Amino acid sequence: MTQPLLADYFPILVFLVIAGGIAAAMVGGSLLVARQKPNPEKLSAYECGFEPFDDTRRRFDVRFYLVAILFIIFDLEVAFLFPWAVSLGGIGWFGFLSMVAFLGVLTVGFVYEWRKGALDWE
Amino acid sequence: MSWTLALPELVLACSGLVLLLAGVIPKQETFFPITMGAIGALLVTAVLVLGQGEGTALGGHYVADAFSGFMKILALGAAALGLLLSIDFNEKEGLGRFEFPVLVLFASLGAMVMISANDLMALYLGLELLSLPLYVIAAFNRDNARSSEAGLKYFVLGALASGLLLYGTTLVYGFAGTTNFDRLADAFSAAQGVSAGVIVGVVFVIAGLAFKVSAVPFHMWTPDVYEGAPTPVTAYFASAPKVAAIALLTRVLLGPFGDLAAQWQQVILLISFGSMILGSFAAIGQINLKRLMAYSSIGHVGYALMGLAVGSDTGLRGLLFYMAIYVFMNVGAFAVLVAMRRQGRAVEQVEDLAGLARTDLGMALWMAAFMFSMAGIPPLAGFFSKLYVFLAAVQGGFWTLAVVGVLTSVVSAYYYLRVVKVMFFDQPAGALDRAPASLTIVMAGTGLFTLLFGLFPAPLLAAAQAAAAALLG
Repeated sequence: MTQPLLADYFPILVFLVIAGGIAAAMVGGSLLVARQKPNPEKLSAYECGFEPFDDTRRRFDVRFYLVAILFIIFDLEVAFLFPWAVSLGGIGWFGFLSMVAFLGVLTVGFVYEWRKGALDWE
Repeated sequence: MSWTLALPELVLACSGLVLLLAGVIPKQETFFPITMGAIGALLVTAVLVLGQGEGTALGGHYVADAFSGFMKILALGAAALGLLLSIDFNEKEGLGRFEFPVLVLFASLGAMVMISANDLMALYLGLELLSLPLYVIAAFNRDNARSSEAGLKYFVLGALASGLLLYGTTLVYGFAGTTNFDRLADAFSAAQGVSAGVIVGVVFVIAGLAFKVSAVPFHMWTPDVYEGAPTPVTAYFASAPKVAAIALLTRVLLGPFGDLAAQWQQVILLISFGSMILGSFAAIGQINLKRLMAYSSIGHVGYALMGLAVGSDTGLRGLLFYMAIYVFMNVGAFAVLVAMRRQGRAVEQVEDLAGLARTDLGMALWMAAFMFSMAGIPPLAGFFSKLYVFLAAVQGGFWTLAVVGVLTSVVSAYYYLRVVKVMFFDQPAGALDRAPASLTIVMAGTGLFTLLFGLFPAPLLAAAQAAAAALLG
């Protein structure tokens, strides 16, 4: 422990060892204890309902695309909300209202997609 | 925080959101009222711009001066006229969806942010806010393969141009240490030499913006996108985004990079030469009017950039003056293109105009006025706009630029006058449908401006002079 910089990273090393151990235990445990009945569907990589190896120029329902876009928008919103919530004490009313304005714009978009029927699957 | 300075932008943004909600909540289609609301919002914003103070706001990201006011009025006016052109066309083509005016509104907001940008970040933000709605409205006729292709092509190439621009800004930031225009100007005014990294960055920024104004050699997308997009969209593409991008290019080059003029001047010279030459020669063989107008717009950008290449007070005045007149005659010519229908179907070939003088003399006369004006024939408005940039080039000692400009104008006169010849001397190809009132009003308004401008050039010249003075300080 002569280098303090490395010492700071020691918890990460501990974390890596524990995480690796748990992962190995789970995979190894299921390999040894569980009954194995493989079939092609189980063995293929999971790819969100698509064939994992197929022509990429295939038609697919535009609603998948819509859901993906909506997910990204609201995922980003959350990604902005976390640092905002943590630092709310330091950024004052200006910071608070900036986020409210941002959420307001998102809400308008949300109302639009709702009324347009982007959220109805059938 | 001086929010009130950015009041026009705030009003436009809020009205865009309100119109989006007002359009989507009722059960029935709301295209017409929302379009009227959008035109109203653009006009209110223009009035607010007229009353706007001067200074910087939003942490130095936003600047308002006479230059930004001049360009914003132009961009807003072009957007309002573009919407006016779209009303009848969109309804007849089954494109009457309220998203269209809302998208144009947001694009205009982007144009305003670009014009008022005082920071490389604000520049990029405005550019993207302008570009994203444009990609969508290029593909607005989504069941039409050409329109979809236009949208996709514009999107892919626009993304590439944005990438170039961003790469340039990172280089400038990396070597100069700031993105603020004022501080960049201070950094470069210092006596010591400028590093090569900054110059490479500036060149990349110019490339990204030259794409937006469709200047040679970044013009390849223009004819295809202009041809594929619905005609009112093309009318909008050829006016407001160009005004905004030219304004931004001018502000960036003369503001923060003003002391690097020796470095960027040759780039702008090359772009100007290339655009003038390509714009005049490539349009000769076109039979589609929208493609012809695309090459014509490339040529006009070349003439306008002549003013920037000279870089002087008179050059900048010529550029602003040129853009103002270009917007009006361009919208007028596109009003004729939008009105071209035969038995309810839109037609867009040059020969579809054959014998128009005999079937609809009024429209033929307006079109002739726009074509003569674009060719730069006195005493129409287009002559004065060319006159002032050529004058600036001669006064600045750029003789070759002026000579090439005059020669390419002569070449381009061929294809403008061919349109006039087809209208007045060819056998009629069957009457076109009667133009709706909204288009006739736009034609008459811009046509009268084009015809009578020579009598009252003083107010516009004075405004351009003031705007140029504000930028050069």
